[in-house]
Amino acid sequence: MTAGSLVYVYAVAREPAATLVTMAGTLTGVAGSPVHLVLRSPALAAVVSPVPERDFHETALRRHLEDLGWLEALARAHHGVIEAFSTHATVLPLRLATVYRDDDRVRAVLHDRQGLFLDRLGRLDGHVELGVKIYVDRGSDTPSEPAPPAASSSDPPLGPGRSYLRHRRAEQDSRNDAERAAERAAERIEATARAHAVERARHRIQEGELATAPGVNVSNDAYLVPAAHADAFRAEALRSTDGLTGVRVDVTGPWAPYSFAGLPEPDPPGSAP
Amino acid sequence: MTDPIANRLGSLPSRSAPPYNQPSTANLADILERVLDKGIVIAGDIQINLLDIELLTIKLRLLIASVDKAKEMGIDWWEHDPSLSSRARRTPSLDDARGTSSLEEENRRLREQIETLRADAALAPAEEPEAGAAPSPARPKRSTTRARPTRGDP
Repeated sequence: MTAGSLVYVYAVAREPAATLVTMAGTLTGVAGSPVHLVLRSPALAAVVSPVPERDFHETALRRHLEDLGWLEALARAHHGVIEAFSTHATVLPLRLATVYRDDDRVRAVLHDRQGLFLDRLGRLDGHVELGVKIYVDRGSDTPSEPAPPAASSSDPPLGPGRSYLRHRRAEQDSRNDAERAAERAAERIEATARAHAVERARHRIQEGELATAPGVNVSNDAYLVPAAHADAFRAEALRSTDGLTGVRVDVTGPWAPYSFAGLPEPDPPGSAP
Repeated sequence: MTDPIANRLGSLPSRSAPPYNQPSTANLADILERVLDKGIVIAGDIQINLLDIELLTIKLRLLIASVDKAKEMGIDWWEHDPSLSSRARRTPSLDDARGTSSLEEENRRLREQIETLRADAALAPAEEPEAGAAPSPARPKRSTTRARPTRGDP
């Protein structure tokens, strides 16, 4: 390690097959530097790359992380590396911006936490994470906004007050319908999850600056699914809105098991044995 | 949004890598949600866990969840920082908690004052019923005389 550079750790994997070693050589990570593996014989390997100290020491990092653009670039680079490895092996993703002084320190951590890492990796073996989001389509009542004038022209006896109230009623009805539809979809997804998923994690509902998808996000879950079941789970989850209006289901993934890499959730209510 | 990011990239040309198996639709919210909040925290040499705190200043509720996660892992120093936690005020042990401990001091003094005032007042109400006893015989009459409805009851 040259002076002025730190070691950024992406993930931990079991002692790598040759493919992982060669793969690491082809990858570019955060800050455009090459990715390599830090081995801890005989069990574990950490996926790391050097990063410039001037950007990643404590104060610089604090400053940078408030910059959404910088954060996005970092997150995407982090995710890119983990995603690439997770297609070939079970990896344990570490949280964004886990930085060590040098490879030796990483090795020491692998040594110290070996039991924890192996335990988690064993739990995640052969599983992928799928994200399932349910959206209620508020868009369905906005187009009805310009409807009242048209309705009043076809219904001359309706005064402006009556037509307004009727419009409000229609709006409220459609909202209630959409919410009921969302509940129905959620039930179906839960049934699907019981058949396929082994664990569930609830995420916060997406809103605000980053929520770019149309509609209102009403549920945002991640499921840990055996890789063999992933396609079936996805298809069934997408089918859960069949026959329902005003509700949309979005399935993302397969992801590396980010949401299940931490401590076991105390109460995974949707999990099946 | 892509343009400003590209400009800022300077030291961070991150995504030269090809799109892997990763779904191209993965939006930033999904990635951040996973990458920030989840995954294992191993206490790095550098106090990167500050990350969890700093994100509070980003006005995204999505990101704040990571604080819970860090606490789960036993990283909770912000709880002792009065500028970040109201709970820290109960434990004025640090130097930087001086501001809050002086507040506490003032609170205590005010409370004592109230107590003494109350102790004084405890005598006064004892006299008051007698002082108010004069108008009270007039009360039955008052129900008929509607001209004086504004008279305050004791």
